[in-house]
Amino acid sequence: MSYELSFEVERGDFETAGEASRKIKRTLQQLGISNKVIRKVSIAGYEGEMNLAIHSWGGKIVLEVGEDTLILTIEDTGPGIKDLDLAMTEGWSTAGEEVRQMGFGAGMGLPNMKNNADNFQITSKIDEGTKIVMSFLV
Amino acid sequence: MIVISLNEGESSMKLSHVRDLLDAIVLSGESHLDDDVRSGFGCDLMSDVLCFAKEDAILITGLVNKQVLNTADMANMNSIIFVRNKMPSQEMIDIAKERNILVMSTKYILFECCGILYKNGLEGAHIR
Repeated sequence: MSYELSFEVERGDFETAGEASRKIKRTLQQLGISNKVIRKVSIAGYEGEMNLAIHSWGGKIVLEVGEDTLILTIEDTGPGIKDLDLAMTEGWSTAGEEVRQMGFGAGMGLPNMKNNADNFQITSKIDEGTKIVMSFLV
Repeated sequence: MIVISLNEGESSMKLSHVRDLLDAIVLSGESHLDDDVRSGFGCDLMSDVLCFAKEDAILITGLVNKQVLNTADMANMNSIIFVRNKMPSQEMIDIAKERNILVMSTKYILFECCGILYKNGLEGAHIR
């Protein structure tokens, strides 16, 4: 068992944001992955998907399904994160009012992704983009 | 004799009892009314729900949009109650039906909802 699923996420598209995470959740359910792992992947994926819609200029989510590990890669084009330590601090956010009114932008997304993943790596370059790689043990 | 064993700090309540206590209208997911809910999470901030709410918790919120359904779905929460007579759109109700999420609406404000459920034995999520 080893394959890959890929989803594009557009900037500012709050109408459809969440669909990629739902498809990922359904796929993992069909594969018979445990509920505990599915919940972690779903929450981390959804936080990442919302971040793409809120902060990026567009990006993609890729799920790689392996024998013992699931890898979720969330990669975008720009604008990049200036201070990664600050971005990883709970409660710190650059989100605007529109996003906050939707119930997001509280500065919990990245820390929550890290908490749910078994391994979390983030790299970012200003004006180029941000890449997050999370792995989950099955 | 039926013995219900709960872990320390955990409570449980039938969702039909939640409906009755809050005099709520059920809009979707009637099949869950016989399910137990183990805790409540009252919040308009979906980020906090994703961080702290437990599975089998009921989401009590005044925020009404599609991302509330997505949040509940991703966090494996199968019940939502909208407060202060807030009504989701027909589109939201249809989505909730499709995903089999119990959605209710009550006249009480968020504070009162939480107070009524807590007073009747439902606890909050115990945060790490």
